[in-house]
Amino acid sequence: MNRKWLVFATAAAVVVAFVAGVMIFRDRAQQEAKQALQMNSAALVRPHSPVYGNPAAKVTIVEFVDPACETCGAFYPIVKGIVNSSFSQVKLVVRYAALHKGSDTAVKILEAARQQGKYWEVFERTLATQAQWAAHHNPQPELIWQLIADTGLDVAKARAAADSPEIEQVLRQDMADMKTLKVDKTPGFFVNGTPLVEFGAAQLKALVEQEIRKAKSP
Amino acid sequence: MNIEVLERQALSMPLFGAWLIALLATAGALFLGEVMGMTPCVLCWYQRIAMFPLVLILGVGLLDADGRSIRYALPLAWAGWGIALYHCLVFWGVVSEGLTPCGKGSSCADAETQVAGFVPIPLLSLVAFTAIVALLWLAKRKVKT
Repeated sequence: MNRKWLVFATAAAVVVAFVAGVMIFRDRAQQEAKQALQMNSAALVRPHSPVYGNPAAKVTIVEFVDPACETCGAFYPIVKGIVNSSFSQVKLVVRYAALHKGSDTAVKILEAARQQGKYWEVFERTLATQAQWAAHHNPQPELIWQLIADTGLDVAKARAAADSPEIEQVLRQDMADMKTLKVDKTPGFFVNGTPLVEFGAAQLKALVEQEIRKAKSP
Repeated sequence: MNIEVLERQALSMPLFGAWLIALLATAGALFLGEVMGMTPCVLCWYQRIAMFPLVLILGVGLLDADGRSIRYALPLAWAGWGIALYHCLVFWGVVSEGLTPCGKGSSCADAETQVAGFVPIPLLSLVAFTAIVALLWLAKRKVKT
């Protein structure tokens, strides 16, 4: 009987230590992220970053997106819903975190579409068709050109633009900012400069609502 | 009856030690991988496959003071020990990385695979498997005598 108790007590102690370790580690990671942000507040939003929603909105969701990341694709309707149902109080700023193979090509295609004013159509289509081009063992970002053909984009023009140094620079700046802000997973969210530490749709909504309330009270 | 009780008590200590090491190693591996976000390389995964079940096999064996659990645990422990040794050789550059089955993802010879900056994770794994094998061998001897 004693032996059994010893086994259960030991197992419980290890579980408790594990949970405590998780909390300590998360807390430290959050502090580090906050410090990185305070020291580099300019890295959060750049003038070149695409904005969805009311540009004058008081609450800004910054999302580091990888076009090939399935979770980013699954999260986009949620984020879009938050912006659309916010009565112009919330806007979304897209930053790129091209962590997967082939993602850099996808980013260049998105940016080329932006020059023609087709950014959000192409953005949504690219995320929605991930299954066709973004298989992680064999990504084929060149397929995106076919998948977005019916958005009315001038593909020949966009192809030429995709390789331009300006777009390369946007990608490079975003990747540098990603490292500065210690974003190592996508999607990485910041709401008015507060990093979303515990990941999840409900947590993101709660953080946005908290920031809306803060913005309202003087 | 008396002999059986004595045997069970004798069995408990090394078996408990082996189980505790497996438990701590499992918790540690999950912490490094899931909380600290260090992606396990292929060899790490093979060692995990050997280590994780030991918690359950030895745990159940311990609850019932069942000496037969040693018989089931030892092959896993030896397999894990072998992979850990190989991983250490890869880490120290004795065996070249080119020969390892590490494809994409994290490299098995990566210098980042260290705890507290200086203890290589594969060495930690090798120590844990060595201790488990030794304790199980001890427990086995006690069951026989």
